[in-house]
Amino acid sequence: MHELSIASQVLHTVLNECDQKGYSKVVTVALQIGALTDIVPSALTFGFDILKKDTLLHNTELTIEQVPVTGKCNCCNKQFKVKEFVFVCPYCQAVDITLEKGDELDIAYLEIDE
Amino acid sequence: MTEKVTIEKKVLSENDKIAASLREQFKQKGIFAINLVSSPGSGKTSLLEKTISKLQADYKIALVAGDVQTENDANRLIKAGGEMVRPIVTGGACHLDANMVNNVISNFDLDNIDLFVIENVGNLVCPSSYDLGEDMKVVLISTTEGDDKPLKYPGMFRRSSVMVVNKTDLLGFSDFELSKVKENARQINGQLTVFETSCKTGEGVDKWLEWLKQQIAAKRNML
Repeated sequence: MHELSIASQVLHTVLNECDQKGYSKVVTVALQIGALTDIVPSALTFGFDILKKDTLLHNTELTIEQVPVTGKCNCCNKQFKVKEFVFVCPYCQAVDITLEKGDELDIAYLEIDE
Repeated sequence: MTEKVTIEKKVLSENDKIAASLREQFKQKGIFAINLVSSPGSGKTSLLEKTISKLQADYKIALVAGDVQTENDANRLIKAGGEMVRPIVTGGACHLDANMVNNVISNFDLDNIDLFVIENVGNLVCPSSYDLGEDMKVVLISTTEGDDKPLKYPGMFRRSSVMVVNKTDLLGFSDFELSKVKENARQINGQLTVFETSCKTGEGVDKWLEWLKQQIAAKRNML
């Protein structure tokens, strides 16, 4: 259950951004979260909604795009979708796989009301 | 009117910044650093007790022991002969973050350390998101747990470089199968180096220690 500390980091980062850029109303904070991060979106939203009270972001909604895990085989160079976190190449069965996507924990964009 | 502003910031960028600074300090001083993770009760502290008692004569080992409450683990490591041990009591947090490690780093003389071990809070989920500046994560699993743990906690096993299977003296007393845990781990991370240890009998611990010595030497040689 580290979603609360992640939510706190999101809030802190966006408030800093508002402070620097002078945004007064943020409608949406859009996150990209990779499946490999073990973060539960509903728990993250729950935490964010508690923490945002009494801040500039009290009306801000969190949207979360979950990024599926994809890998690239270092033997046959093919890209593939990693199912159930099994990092085995479906084409040549090699296990030497580079993670391409699925590790994200990013704030992608904000929607600002001007 | 609503405007979309791209910011592309990592949520944990502050943590990552501090971790990068820790990593740079370890690099400058030629210190090999590991982040030891596992479920509660798998034997992280026991493995470190063995490591201290066998390596202390030839290597200078710094240890940071994270726990939600109590300094019991740190006290065990001191009792085992650890000369440079600092506890981090998180007071509830389920993981260590880079800032917590950074807050204790000034207690160590980095010019006089070969190996820096961070014993994380017992948890296979949350610590995987937090870079602590280590060279690698070492994940420990014991034979009294399920041999499907790598499949249940893929994030941690994917991000680790080494898996230590501990309590091998208890093999046969549960349904845990060594071959199964290895196969499950291989599916998540085919690059994992695997060790089998019993901290009770000492079996297999020498191989772990040999590997540690090689890593310490390799890091030093990069200076």
